[in-house]
Amino acid sequence: MKNFTKGFLKENPVFVLLLGMCPTLGVTSSAINGMGMGLATTFVLVMANFVVSLVKSGIPDKVRIPSFIVIIATFVTIVQLTMQAYLPSLYESLGLFIPLIVVNCIVLGRAEAFASKNTVWSSIVDGLGMGLGFTFALTLLGAVREFLGSGKVFGLTIYPEHYGSLIFVLAPGAFIALGYLIAIINKLKKA
Amino acid sequence: MQYIIIIISAIFVNNIVLAQFLGICPFLGVSKKTSTAVGMAGAVAFVMTLATIVTYLIQHNILNPLHVEYLQTISFILVIAALVQLVEIILKKVSPALYQALGVFLPLITTNCAILGVAILTIQKDFNLMEGVVYAISTAIGFGLALVIFAGLREHLDLMNVPKGLKGTPIALITAGILAMAFMGFSGIV
Repeated sequence: MKNFTKGFLKENPVFVLLLGMCPTLGVTSSAINGMGMGLATTFVLVMANFVVSLVKSGIPDKVRIPSFIVIIATFVTIVQLTMQAYLPSLYESLGLFIPLIVVNCIVLGRAEAFASKNTVWSSIVDGLGMGLGFTFALTLLGAVREFLGSGKVFGLTIYPEHYGSLIFVLAPGAFIALGYLIAIINKLKKA
Repeated sequence: MQYIIIIISAIFVNNIVLAQFLGICPFLGVSKKTSTAVGMAGAVAFVMTLATIVTYLIQHNILNPLHVEYLQTISFILVIAALVQLVEIILKKVSPALYQALGVFLPLITTNCAILGVAILTIQKDFNLMEGVVYAISTAIGFGLALVIFAGLREHLDLMNVPKGLKGTPIALITAGILAMAFMGFSGIV
């Protein structure tokens, strides 16, 4: 249970560990994009952790990292092809960031730091917890940016679009919104 | 002419860090001092150019003729990882001085998404080899420019009186946001 919940706040990959910043900033122009990216990464995380913990004793120490990368890249390709077939519009808007899940430090980081040392079951739970923590962070950031930028959350209009400040949907808004979110989370963690 | 457009667009208008959000990890990680930022930028420029050439050749001579384009992600990341190792070994032997300067940054580069990103973008944008090389070099210059400016700003930030809640990462991110806003001024040039 502890392995599962630590990813949400205490060891949240985005807000606390500052891992996986590229997709965090790049795809969160709306809540739904953030969520899609988060769930895709969760799938890769869980499957990679599962396979790595299964085969860990068979991999010589020296070629550990390259083997992990091949395992991760396999699942990323599966996600990429599946999304292209069944969710073409989401695939379009996430674009380059889908193949770039391979170099997301969270995935390799969890495979190396957790799955290569722990049992299959706890590795799956760890992957799921971290992945959902990542999804939570991306969805939250996406919702904040969408709300401030265009007055919508998940595409539902909250206030008229022309009152929104477009900057939050554009690139600079990503940095600024994430900066303030991290400041708020730091405050909450201390309280 | 098309080379000039590629160069200006890659350095200023579509800056890899501030507009496309690639390579954020080194952007936030090694930007505390200007000197390390310059070293990192050099290492990235070197590997990015080599990686783009090699992945371009792989895509057009192996993946396309065999119709196995779906192996792109796997093969590119393996090639980049191997290339980084190779560069490290060769530099150590051939030019110890350069190795001294870039050495510590090289292992970090494998997981720099800007490298894989540029390799894939070169294929997606249908560049020929020469355009790809120009694109890679100018993207690396854009990365270096953003990194060095940001490192300079952060050196000053250390001396400033920042509100308590914003100290550290939050103020760095907000600064990056304002820098990105400044770079938005370039849009429309190309």
